[in-house]
Formats: sequence, C-alpha cells, structure tokens
Amino acid sequence: MFAFILSRVLQALPVMLAVALIAFAMFAYVGDPVAIMLGQDYTQAQRDALVQSLGLDQPFFVQFGKFVLNAVQGEFGLSYRLSRPVIELIAERAPATLELALTAALLALLVGVPMGVYTGLYRNSWLSRFFLTFSLIGVSLPTFLIGILLILTFSVWLGWLPSFGRGDTVALGWWNTGFLTVSGLKALILPSITLGLFQLTLIMRLVRAEMLEVLRTDYIKFARARGLTNRAVHFGHALKNTLVPVITITGLQLGAIIAFAIVTETVFQWPGMGLLFIQSVGAADIPVMAAYLILIAALFVAINLIVDLLYYAVDPRLRISGGKGGH
Amino acid sequence: MQAVRNFFDSDIWWSFTRNPVTVISAIVAFICVAGAVLAPWIAPHDPFDLASLQLMDAFKPPVWEAEGDPNYLLGTDDQGRDVLSAIMYGARVSLLVGFCAVVLSVTIGVAAGLTAGYLGGTVDAVLMRIADIKLTFPTILIALLIDGITRAALPRDVHDQVALYVVIFAIGISNWPSFARTVRGSTMVERNKEYVQAARVIGLGRWRIMRSHVLPNVLGPVLVIATLQLGFAILAEATLSFLGVGVPPTQPSLGTLIRIGNDFLFSGEWWITIFPGVALIVLVLSVNLLGDWLRDALNPKLR
Amino acid sequence: MSNTQPLLQVRNLRVEFPTRRGVLTALDDVSFDIHPGEVLGVVGESGAGKSMTGAAIIGLLEPPGRIAGGTITLGGRRIDNLPYKEMRTIRGRQIGAIFQDPLTTLNPLYTVGRQLVETMTTHLPLTPAEARKKAIEWLELVGIPAASQRIDSYPHEFSGGMRQRVVIALALCAEPKLIVADEPTTALDVSIQAQVIALLKRLAREKGTAMMLVTHDMGVIAETADRVAVMYAGRIAEIGGVRDVVKNPSHPYTIGLMGSIPPITHRMERLLQIEGAMPRLSAIPKGCAYNPRCPRVFDRCRVERPDLIPAGATRAACWLYDRADKEAAHEVAQTGYGEVRHA
Repeated sequence: MFAFILSRVLQALPVMLAVALIAFAMFAYVGDPVAIMLGQDYTQAQRDALVQSLGLDQPFFVQFGKFVLNAVQGEFGLSYRLSRPVIELIAERAPATLELALTAALLALLVGVPMGVYTGLYRNSWLSRFFLTFSLIGVSLPTFLIGILLILTFSVWLGWLPSFGRGDTVALGWWNTGFLTVSGLKALILPSITLGLFQLTLIMRLVRAEMLEVLRTDYIKFARARGLTNRAVHFGHALKNTLVPVITITGLQLGAIIAFAIVTETVFQWPGMGLLFIQSVGAADIPVMAAYLILIAALFVAINLIVDLLYYAVDPRLRISGGKGGH
Repeated sequence: MQAVRNFFDSDIWWSFTRNPVTVISAIVAFICVAGAVLAPWIAPHDPFDLASLQLMDAFKPPVWEAEGDPNYLLGTDDQGRDVLSAIMYGARVSLLVGFCAVVLSVTIGVAAGLTAGYLGGTVDAVLMRIADIKLTFPTILIALLIDGITRAALPRDVHDQVALYVVIFAIGISNWPSFARTVRGSTMVERNKEYVQAARVIGLGRWRIMRSHVLPNVLGPVLVIATLQLGFAILAEATLSFLGVGVPPTQPSLGTLIRIGNDFLFSGEWWITIFPGVALIVLVLSVNLLGDWLRDALNPKLR
Repeated sequence: MSNTQPLLQVRNLRVEFPTRRGVLTALDDVSFDIHPGEVLGVVGESGAGKSMTGAAIIGLLEPPGRIAGGTITLGGRRIDNLPYKEMRTIRGRQIGAIFQDPLTTLNPLYTVGRQLVETMTTHLPLTPAEARKKAIEWLELVGIPAASQRIDSYPHEFSGGMRQRVVIALALCAEPKLIVADEPTTALDVSIQAQVIALLKRLAREKGTAMMLVTHDMGVIAETADRVAVMYAGRIAEIGGVRDVVKNPSHPYTIGLMGSIPPITHRMERLLQIEGAMPRLSAIPKGCAYNPRCPRVFDRCRVERPDLIPAGATRAACWLYDRADKEAAHEVAQTGYGEVRHA
C-alpha cells in the first residue's frame, strides 16, 4: 500500500518538473521581466544591478534550480500588475475558488450519478428521454451562457438571488468561508449551478453509458440467472462495476471544474483564483500565471493520486502484487 | 474511397432517415453553416462598414417589441449595428476557428496515434504519456496559457493580427489526445490482423501499410470524435472570446458578441447578448446531436 | 424414466426477434420433455437455437427477443408467462444456469464466497453465517482445494477450470431441480473439459438434478446425456435416446453430423462432410429447412415442413419416415448417400 503510493508520487515527479520548467521558461524568457519591473526610465547600471539581484546572469540550470526551490517554499516573486507577493494574492483567493468548486462537484456527483443510473436502467422511459435531451442541451451550453441566462432570470427578472460576489464571509483563521452566512450561501447558488451543470450532464451520460455496457456483461446475466433481486443486480453488481471509469472521469472533471471556475468567476465576479488568473493573462502578469500553473498542476497530481487510491479500494484485481495467476 | 463506400453502405443512411431529430438537426446545422459562409452576400447589413453605422439606431429592440425597427429584425447594439448581421458574421468566425482547430487536432492526433500504435515500444510509451498529461489539463486552461504567453511575448498590434491563429492553434493543440488514443487502439488491433501481416510479408513499407490498410479502418471513429469535437471547439473559442482573450475585437465571434452584450444585460437591452447566445446554442446543439447520432449509428452495440 | 411426470415440458415454443427487416423466427415449434434426474443433451451447429432454447427456459432472452408462442411448464406450473419478479424466485432456486465462459460469468469485484452467500440467502432461509458454512461445503464439493481459505479469494485468483467449478457451485447451491448448462466446457482447456463434465455429471446424479446440456461436442453428449435433441435452424430435427441417436440416427442431418465425427473403433478413409452451411434465420427455405443440403431430398421436402414423427427408435422431423412416402424414400435411399460419400 505504502509502496503503491510512493510509486505514484515518484511517477508524478517528472510531470511536476516538466510543468515547473514550462512555468520557469515563461518566467525567464517571455517578455522582459527586468524592463517590466524597472518601468519606463532606467540606466544600464540599474538594469545590471537588478539582473544580478534576480540572478538572471547565472546559468540556466542554476536559475531553474533556484526557481524550483523557491516554488517549493511557496515563493513566486511579485505580481507585475499588483506589486504584491504572488503567494499572498493566491492564498487570499483560494478559499473562494475551492468552496465554489467543491459545491459544484458535489452537485454534479449527487445529481449526475443517480440520473445516470436511472437512465441506464430504464432507458426507454419518458423520464430517461427527458434527462437525455436535457443532458445534450447541458453539454451544448457554454458555461458562461448558463451563467448569463441564470443571472438574467433569477437576478434581473426575478430579483431572487445576487448576480455577483460572494456575499458576507466569515474568517476561520486565514480561510474566509461563505458557507456560514445566509448571503454567502445565497451567493453560492447560481455560480455553483453554472459551474456544476456541465459536469453533471457529463457524469450522467458517462454513468449511463457504463451502466448499459455493464448490464450486457455475462456476470450480470449470471447474477440474474441466479435469481438475485433486481436491487442486488443493479446496485450491488452493476453499479459497482461502473465505478472505475466513473472515478477516472470524475477525477479528470475536478480538474476541469477548477479550470471552468475561471469562466464562472468571470461571469459572477467571484473573487477567486480564476478571476485573478484571467486578469493576469489579460495584463501578461507572468509571475501570477506561472504560480497558478504550478499550483493547478500540483492539485491535479493530488487528484490523480486520490483517484488511484480509490481504484485500489474498488477493484481487487489491482490489489495483487505478484499474485496467484490471472492477469 | 473504399472506406467512404463502406460508410454509406452500412446502416447509416437508414438510421438517418428514421431519426427525425437527426434530420432536423442536420437541416439546422446546414442553415447555420450556410448563413455563416454566405454572410457577406445575404446579411441585411455590413456590421464592419463604419460608414453605414448610425448612432441614432443604437439600442433598437427586436422588431416585435414596441420600439422595434423593421430594418433591424433582431434589434441593434450600442453602436447601432444590426444584431442579426453581426451574428451571421460572428458565426463565420466561430465556425472557421472551430473547423480549423478540429482539422489541426485530427492531423496531430491521427499521426501520433498511428505512429504510437504501429511502432509501439518506447515511441508509444512517450507519446501516450504526453497525451495523458495533456488530457489532464483542460482545454480552456491550455488555451489561456498559450494566449497569455503570446500576449506577453508579442507587441500588442502584432498580437491582434495573429490572435485568430493563436486561438486555432491553442484549441487544436489541446484536443489531439482523444484522436490519438482512439487511432492508437484501432491501429494496435489492425496491426496484428492477418492482412496487415500479409502486407508486411510481401514487402510493403510501414507508412504505405498504415496509409492504405490501417487508416481506412479508423476513419469511422475519427469522424465521430471530430463531429463531437467541433461542438467543443466552437464552445472553447466562444469561451475564450467571452473571457476577452480569444479572437481580436476587430473580428468578433459569437463569444465576443455575447461578452459585449453582457454589459447591457442589467440595463434591459437583453437582446444584444441573448440572440448571439441562442445562435451559439443552436449551432452547437445541432452539431452535437449529429455527432451523438453518428456515434450511435456507427456503434451498433449501443442501440 | 417415462412413467414419471416430466419435470420440464416445452410445447411448441416459438421465439421471435423483431428487426427492421421484419420479424425473425429464431425458434419454431420446439417441443421436448425433461424428466426428473434426466440429462437431455442439445446439439447442433452454432446458430441452430440451442442456447436460445436455454435462455427462453430461464426467462432471460436477450431483448428484443421474445417468446411468441407455446408454453414452458416446470413441475406442472407454467413459467413462460410469469412476470419478471415471480420468475426471479424460480431462477436459481428451481432452475440453475451455467454459462459458457467462466472468465466472464463471475463478478470480478466480489469474492466467490460473497457471491455464493448472496445466492443462498436470496433463496434459502439461511443466516449469512450458515450460508457461509454451506458455501465452504459447496466449494469442497466441486473440488476447490483449501476451500475454507479460498472462499475469500476473488475470481481472478482462480484458473479457468477452477472458476467453472465455482460457477457450478453457484448454479447448484440453491438446490434447483433443473440445470441449464450452456456449453459449460467450450471455453476450457481440453484437459480440463473431461474433469468438469465428470463433476457436473456426478453432482447431478447425487443431487437428483435434471440437466439440459447444450453443446456442440458429440463426445460430451455421448458420455453424459440420457437423451439427445438435435437442432437445426431453430427446430428440433431429431430427438431420442442417446444410444439410438448416436448409433442409429434417422434424420439425414443427424446422419451427416455423426458421420463428421471420427470413430475411435476403426479407421475411416474419409470423414463425411455436410455440403453447404446452415441457412440464416432471415432466409430459411420453404419446406424442410435442411432440404438444400439434404442428400435424400425429394419433392415434398421442398414444399411441406415436416413435424417430429416416429422414425426407428427415435423421432425425426423428416418426410422419409412418413408412411405415405416410405416407398419414394426407399428409392432415394438406394442412391442418396453414395454420392455424398465420394463428394
């Protein structure tokens, strides 16, 4: 078990290094960071001094090593745009994004999986057809348009829910949460639906496809031939066998949720990392972009690790090491 | 050619004619494409002709509202541009970007998949590892990064000129792994079949075998993915443009129009953003419906 | 065996598959009995309808297939028209099933013990602890070594032959009166096939379970079955005691089928071969379905479809044995087979 985790972490290292290299290359070679930091007027001496203090005169690998070392300590330099430490900016905004992403992911899973199971089992019922049509529309609607339509309906026309911001937040240490106030929860509704709807439809379609696939297998036929109850066949045998692919895709989708949070945060002016990132892209604020890239990569690696551990829990075939035959 | 003939020889046509939703979406998709391609000739106004724009005509609601102007069927925006014409020109850009991006993805993906599947070994491992990493990172994120990097690397006026190509590149480069995986899987199956081995025995070269024996067999799945990816590519472009980092404002796509219109949502001029939005949904939905149907029709297991 | 009330009665069973090119008749007018404790072998080429007959009996026809006519009666109770829920209590409890490929019939995510226990607790008034004890007994009975440890193993930890033994235990553990075994040894190594068949035969005899054994292996049939039904293109071509059908077949198809098996007792210059292939369901010829391939075909075969009629010691669906045609048939018989033998 421990060896398994260790091997997965070791496998992730090259990926993280590659991402760090890209981030560093952006940092070092895109644009002219020195010119940006110095502003309009500067002398060659000032320039040389800054180059030296930033270590830009040193060989590539020394610079890269320093960059990685700093990154591990959470040191990503100053934002060009806001002249504040990047890590501070990100730490301020991370809770907003994570709370939004978590709510959206839960929404997608808790609604998407049952809908997928239902449409897989009763694929000719009118409710299934309705769900499927709904899901196709969900896949075809861009996130930002869902947001705009929700704002138009519930904020502009009905005036029920706020159209921007997080509402009131409560500070728990450095973590500002919106979960504990009424206005915070109200503000969360539209953005999390916006963000979760696409994933919801995707998960539903995936679970349905997997269910249909599994229901055709011999072991399901055999379970029926053994006279097991429908409940045992559908939920005990079929659903569990759909879990492996569902876990994979859901893991990948968590990454997508973080990415699409950029869009949702833009539509709802949600003060999270995504909004920070998009503003940085617009202003070519490389340090923030580099830091965001590395953090997201680390998050993905963590998600993948969790996904692998879940596999391990679900599928006994992965558990044998040097086992007694089989595959 | 054989592949094309096989394709139409299957149950596809029968399935198509029997499926009213599919027929309707094919017609709708055709109208969308035709409207976009023929925009310069059939659009009622030229939204890029600054001389014809009249600020007096700004913010006209659609024709069925009280202050509607029959000249402007779907109303006008803040500059007095005809929304309908803007949508037609915008769809042109959206389709162009989506189509080119998918062509790029198919090219890279098929090449990588064939190579990985046929050669196997280290080449396969490396290519698929890259594809895995690529799949982990969402399209939008990669596209945003590429856009951000070019923005930082190029002066503003140069960037505006190449922005369209950057977007195509960014979307195209993000979507190739799904093609590569499918093609690789089929290639590995085909590679071990007798006829490919026979072709090898009579001394045909690798690339020749791949082109004439393996490629035709993977065209079906590639076509399905390409259709579904076209919808995704159009959405990705719209999303980037909505975020303000996509195509340059001089060539507004549907996403750009929605972003511009979004500013007027709260002041009541909903039509400026909703109509381009509806156009985008109709376009993508019809393409996705076609792709969905194509997938089911080519995969009889799912029927 | 014929004095007792039959356990299973299949009468004029008809199974149809609606397709877009019209309704295909997969089984037509299939009738047979299975008596308690009896083994009925069902043979035929692939696509003849052997497996479909089994699936119809256990009520698990693949949709859109459906029973379009006839009756299936088990122990005096009609079961072909039962609602799914009631049929469920019969499956496993009264009719057990064994499928072809043991690699795919066991759920990979559960231990074999759990799959045994869940089958028993579904049908029998047992507590989970009792069921587990019985599960170990069953594993021992089917010859799994160290059963009390292996009960907590997952299917992938067993070899193919061992898995089929587990499948047999699963089919028998709720003590059904009838087993439908669909090609139970086809997917196994040849060396293991004999062992599994012997096990199946022994258990069926010990437990007094009747069995419908679907296979295309005449050797297995000859060794295991009491009676044999030969199927061709969705119908029964010939049915009778195993000795009679194997040694003394009446239907020209059965004769051809037996002729294509190399005898062990003496050398033969050439094996018989049946010309052509079985027709597809969408193109079954008029009259007797076998007529295009039959060496003894005559006019009536191309027009009228024969039912099962007494033919020697067996019953065969062949006009050769109809009284009115005895003479015509006799003439054909003089010349008929000579030609095929040299073909």
